[in-house]
Amino acid sequence: MGNNMSEESQATEQRTPVPSQAEGKSDIIRVEGMHKWYGDFHVLQDLNLTVKQGERIVICGPSGSGKSTFIRCINRLEEHQQGKIIVDNIELTDDVRHIDTVRREVGMVFQHFNLFPHLTVLENCCLSPIWVRKTPRKEAEADAMEYLKRVKIPDQANKYPGQLSGGQQQRVAIARALCMKPKIMLFDEPTSALDPEMIKEVLDVMIELAGSGMTMLCVTHEMGFAKTVADRVIFMDGGEIVEEAPPHEFFTNPQEPRTQSFLKQILQH
Amino acid sequence: MAESTMKPPKIAIDPVAWMRQNLFSSWYNSLLTVFVGYLVITSAGPLFTWLFFEATFLGDKPSDCSGTGACWLFISERLNFFIYGFFPQEHQWRVDFMFGLMALSFVPQFIERFPGRKWFGLFGLTGLPVVGYFMIPGGWFGLEVVESTKWGGLMLTLILAYIGIIASLPIGILLALGRRSEMPIIRGLCVVFIEVWRAVPLITVLFMASVMLPLFLPEGVNFEKLMRALIGITLWQSAYMAEVIRGGLQAIPRGQYEAADALGLGYWKKTGLIILPQALKMVIPGIVNTFISLFKDTTLVLIIGLFDILGTVQSTVTDPAWQNVAIEGYVFVAFCFWVFCFGISRYSQNLERKLDTGHKT
Repeated sequence: MGNNMSEESQATEQRTPVPSQAEGKSDIIRVEGMHKWYGDFHVLQDLNLTVKQGERIVICGPSGSGKSTFIRCINRLEEHQQGKIIVDNIELTDDVRHIDTVRREVGMVFQHFNLFPHLTVLENCCLSPIWVRKTPRKEAEADAMEYLKRVKIPDQANKYPGQLSGGQQQRVAIARALCMKPKIMLFDEPTSALDPEMIKEVLDVMIELAGSGMTMLCVTHEMGFAKTVADRVIFMDGGEIVEEAPPHEFFTNPQEPRTQSFLKQILQH
Repeated sequence: MAESTMKPPKIAIDPVAWMRQNLFSSWYNSLLTVFVGYLVITSAGPLFTWLFFEATFLGDKPSDCSGTGACWLFISERLNFFIYGFFPQEHQWRVDFMFGLMALSFVPQFIERFPGRKWFGLFGLTGLPVVGYFMIPGGWFGLEVVESTKWGGLMLTLILAYIGIIASLPIGILLALGRRSEMPIIRGLCVVFIEVWRAVPLITVLFMASVMLPLFLPEGVNFEKLMRALIGITLWQSAYMAEVIRGGLQAIPRGQYEAADALGLGYWKKTGLIILPQALKMVIPGIVNTFISLFKDTTLVLIIGLFDILGTVQSTVTDPAWQNVAIEGYVFVAFCFWVFCFGISRYSQNLERKLDTGHKT
């Protein structure tokens, strides 16, 4: 993986950073004193994070550090057991209605795309707007085509996911999430399952999205991407947030020894 | 990328070469071919002689049957009984009407280009039983009542199998979902239901439905025997169906559930739009297998005194007017079952091919 990463870093490193969109905006996500256990295993320990509207956060860290679990808590694919998570002024609790409301506003992109293989690309995109947002079919399809154009695959609209390449599938997955017109987008290692030549096409779409003012939380190892778009980089290890800094500081002057050794490992290649 | 115009090499089909490769590739293979060929020729000859060449097709009385071949007159003379049982002659058009509707719903399913065939199929699954409910027993719209004790033959077999099949599928789906539910009471009930019904032989179920159930029902509540048998068959079958479908549900990757959750689809939408379509598609072979075995198991209603096609044939082969027609009778029954089961099987293969959208996830 290391090799791909450094190539990719170079590909995106040339870019000028996307200007921040979060100046003077209000908070959209607040995580306060959040803990999570799997059985007796304390996976997430006292996490605190505030994200402003339009802010772009990159979360990185070694495997098993709890970074995926953390962002999966934000749309409650995972439950937390202690502390507070407030998304768009709604606190996530056991209340199913709150969970549904939050999920409507939070789009998610997965490592393994998770497209619905029995539906065409267009149907994948329209499904939720039609059934959850109750958008009329015509309108939903027109919207979906717009988003498919934005991720540059409108000509694949009537194919099935199984007929597309990994990079194309991931771009469809991004379009599918965008079709719900979410306020926040979560990316859970969106390029980790891709062949190296496909990583760039997905990152380009994400960079374009960042420029449009979307609030983004992204778990990734693409450090070039982090430098280009992140307002803040968060480093997690052992279920804790170890360090949190703007990308320039994070990469040039990491404070914590754990961060330093992590960066040394991934940037060495 | 330049589109290549090079075609794969054609493989010539040369019968001699094919035989050399597949039948006579080695000395023991050749020996096996000769041996099996000998068996086929020596047994197929007499079989066809009996079935067709020396069989009697024309005539109208037992004495017309001569020669050593099959006496198909027996079938043609008693065909009415085999198809309708004791259904009164003057009302048989109602059954014919249902046969017609059934053919109309299902035959188009085999014709790829038939316009609107989806709607015909949908009618077959929903409208057909409703129409049948009015048409066959009668008592509505001036149709005279025909007691279910008079139903029989192929018609009864089809009713039992058809109702059993279309009722057990939805119940089986609910049971399978229930068994995977996170709510302990629902899960527990479904597990108990499935494990109890699946562990009981169908004969026992039918016996209990016909003999024991009336003892437990409150005074005045009484179902007809056929209805009780149908309920028994359906519940028994749905337990099997539930386990087949659960197999499909378990094969759906967790990512599919998560993606549906993340899009804000609630439980029923997630299940109905994402999980079930994939799960059911995956277990079509298992579902069809269950259907076919149910179709054949309906013959067991014989033991509670319902005359399905096997029952009607069995009661006739002992008719002293006809001599030694048992084999013809059973061959006929076997043929009828084969036609329907083969039809179901072909259709399911067709369906699988059509629903195949490349690899999963």
